[in-house]
Amino acid sequence: MVTLTLDGIKISVPDGTSVLDAARQCDISIPTLCHHPKLTPHGGCRLCIVEIKGMFRPVTSCTTPVSEGMEVATKSPALEKLRRTIIELILSDHPNDCMICEMAGDCTLQELAYFYGIRENRFEGERRIYAKKDGNPLIERDMEKCILCNKCVRVCDEIQGVKAIDVAYRGFKSKVCPPYERDLNCEFCGQCIRVCPTGALTGKNWALKGRQKDIKGIDTICPYCGCGCSLTLNVRKNEIVRVTSKEDTINEGWLCPKGTFGYHFVSSPDRLTKPLIRIAPKNSNKLQVTSYKLKNRKDFKDSSPLPTGQAGVTRPSSLFREASWDEAFDLIAKKFKGIKEKHGPDAIAGLSSARCTNEENYLFQKFIRAAVGTNNVDHCARL
Amino acid sequence: MGTGGMAAGGSEVMEAFNREISEAGIEASVEKFCSMHKVGCRGLCAKDVLVDVIVGGKKTTYQYTKPGMVSRIVKEHLIKGEPVADWMVGEDYYSFHDKQTKVVLSDCGNIDPEKIESYFAVGGYEAAKKVLTSLSPEQTIDIIKKSGLRGRGGAGFSTGTKWEICRNTKAAQKYIICNADEGDPGAFMDRSVIEGNPHAVIEGMIIGAYSIGATKGYVYIRAEYPLAVERLRMALAQARGKNWLGKNILRSGLDFDIKIKLGAGAFVCGEETALIASIEGQRGMPRAKPPFPVHSGLWGKPTVINNVETLANIPYIIRKGADWFASFGTEKSKGTKVFALTGKVKNTGLIEVPMGMPLKEIVYDIGGGTNKGRTLKAVQTGGPSGGCIPSELIDINVDFESLAKVGSIVGSGGMVVLDNTDCMVNIAKFFLEFTQAESCGKCVPCRVGTKRLLEILSRITQGKGKEGDIELLEDLSHDIKASSLCGLGQTAPNPVLSTIRYFRNEYEAHIKESRCPAAVCKDLIEYSILADFCKGCGACMRVCSSKAITGEKKKPHSIAADVCVKCGACYDVWVFKIW
Repeated sequence: MVTLTLDGIKISVPDGTSVLDAARQCDISIPTLCHHPKLTPHGGCRLCIVEIKGMFRPVTSCTTPVSEGMEVATKSPALEKLRRTIIELILSDHPNDCMICEMAGDCTLQELAYFYGIRENRFEGERRIYAKKDGNPLIERDMEKCILCNKCVRVCDEIQGVKAIDVAYRGFKSKVCPPYERDLNCEFCGQCIRVCPTGALTGKNWALKGRQKDIKGIDTICPYCGCGCSLTLNVRKNEIVRVTSKEDTINEGWLCPKGTFGYHFVSSPDRLTKPLIRIAPKNSNKLQVTSYKLKNRKDFKDSSPLPTGQAGVTRPSSLFREASWDEAFDLIAKKFKGIKEKHGPDAIAGLSSARCTNEENYLFQKFIRAAVGTNNVDHCARL
Repeated sequence: MGTGGMAAGGSEVMEAFNREISEAGIEASVEKFCSMHKVGCRGLCAKDVLVDVIVGGKKTTYQYTKPGMVSRIVKEHLIKGEPVADWMVGEDYYSFHDKQTKVVLSDCGNIDPEKIESYFAVGGYEAAKKVLTSLSPEQTIDIIKKSGLRGRGGAGFSTGTKWEICRNTKAAQKYIICNADEGDPGAFMDRSVIEGNPHAVIEGMIIGAYSIGATKGYVYIRAEYPLAVERLRMALAQARGKNWLGKNILRSGLDFDIKIKLGAGAFVCGEETALIASIEGQRGMPRAKPPFPVHSGLWGKPTVINNVETLANIPYIIRKGADWFASFGTEKSKGTKVFALTGKVKNTGLIEVPMGMPLKEIVYDIGGGTNKGRTLKAVQTGGPSGGCIPSELIDINVDFESLAKVGSIVGSGGMVVLDNTDCMVNIAKFFLEFTQAESCGKCVPCRVGTKRLLEILSRITQGKGKEGDIELLEDLSHDIKASSLCGLGQTAPNPVLSTIRYFRNEYEAHIKESRCPAAVCKDLIEYSILADFCKGCGACMRVCSSKAITGEKKKPHSIAADVCVKCGACYDVWVFKIW
């Protein structure tokens, strides 16, 4: 343990802790734009500068490890002046369009400008203008709003291990982009969006879906796989407008592309919400789902004519009928029993899903082995 | 022949000598009765191509040699033994050298850099031999510490102390890196040292490696120095051939080899942490220090990074002793320093002087004063990280401490002489253009701050400066210096601050009167012909590339302001005629 003084407060922290982390432990807030607790310190935004006794110039608290007897001042007129200049410089190269920015109200830069009361800017000048927008389907990359904090570059490298983006060019022309400035073509995990402190990175599907203040966060578990990542559905007017995840969860706030962007099925008209029982004979009129896009749930019920040009396709409602879970389970049990009696238990095999949890998979094999009485059980992830 | 000498036509002159001598078919034929050597930079670039002809132990030096002159030199001097007095160097060649004290450059320009034997002949590798066979690493470090040698790359940190810290850091693998990423505009010290005496650098690295316990070395050299890279490659191969590099050097048990790593053209890679990132294959961006490279450098291992000139000093210190080296220079700045003397000075070139020499002596005695007889205005030292020293302070001593006091730095050794036709706002703008373009973009103050400084300076030079711009420049400069991540940003505003400090009146003239006192800023000047004086000679009309000047012969001419591109060619030709 190392003991140091922060703004007159004595605190003991483990060796190797950064001054910034030590300050946060005693509730001293130091502004920063490029720091993320799970990423290697960058020291690029220079906002977290502090004065340390014995050092002749301010140092960044995110990159400076504590040392015994260190005396740190996190606030002073000189530091506040430097921070103000830095924020002014960043804003001088940032579009002044908070009114239409997706991140308004949720943007660290906006917050800093608010707290430092920056309206006039002494350093008005040339801004980076990028006319070409990224053509990828999921991540909106508005590089004019990028403040080059490098969080996205680091998260892509250090957390996701993909390194799809890095900084190109240098100086004022520096720009975060995929190789050769092509359109982004990565895993689309969306980690970069998660760490972006401004509106430079957002989801393309998030646009014009509402402000953060109108959004209700509903915590849930991701249904896609057995990992069971925690999700927070951002819901506005009963519609999911984006999916986020909190940092204090089992997945530490990181998600995969399905968890981040694959939420549209929830309100899809194609989604099955009740069990269906086949009413048509087995071999008659196969449902040609490939050429027939279900428009809405009414397709299962009404008997209106088929869309033109879809000759030979049978409407699902003529093949299936909706049923209750009890009825469906009774039917399944009855059929299983019938097969088992007629052909023996080995005529039955079970294949379970990676979307189920461990517990569910355990129960499934137990059911196949104990209830059905066969060892014909496997899992899709083994294929 | 260094890059400068070759650009001046050195290769052609050498070819001509070869041809003339073989045509003459005399006893002089090369490799029989006489020999011909190409040597590295002699320093006095202004008088290139320089040729030494030694007959019977008597050396005669020719200046401005052209291939066409070779025939006469061969016929009269080599055959008849009568030197060609017309082309011999004059007094100024000797006065240029007399005031200098050459340590690093002592063999540069005298030995053939492409032959290791040539270096052996002047005592080469004796220092390494002495260190490897009779000195312990600690003793070696003590000698370097005692010599007072400070890093020649700009920061001036004690080399011996740096080695000692790295020596005391425990690690299985250590590295020594030679920083040859010389990027300051107008600086060519390191290039000339490598081109002229590459083995001295290698020998310095061997001694360094032995002292700190490194087994691998890198020379990080910019790819824009093809000749230096080629000579270094040759030197490394020769050194390996003689077992000065490789396994068990001199049976001392030291394994050490050197790799060349070419820089990709980024100025910031001269900063040590960016240099390390670049060798590792990362984007060349600096990181915060501590940890310093001596603790955690290349691949996270303790690493010493020394500048070319620093390393080239090492063999001479070991050979001649710490006291000898410490006898040059001042109390805190020991030894000599190589400077690249350029700009509006008569004798441009590479010079080496003891630390603490008055700037006046450098500019007037060695440099020969301003080249066109104009008034000296300032001397810019330290490149884009440095500052301007006004002519009033010309008596200042050139050492680390004295220059820092007046707001400049020794830096890596760039020294640009400015006369009264240089606009100081424009000079500041020039350096800011450079640092702004070379900022890596990592930290905000340097990335955006230098851009804004440049914008303000540009508008001042365009006559669009506003009241308060000077104060804004000063304020922003101080903030950039205080909050930038690395040395590039921390020093980038120096040219602005030092020009404001000494030439505030020029800034004010631009802003308040829309006037450029040195008549440099194009937006603030206009060329016109005074009809009373114009004799209609047509000289100005002939040199005008934009055909802005019209007029009949022997009648006053006139300049069309809307066509004129303000290149100044007409003015120059007029000055030429008048003077």
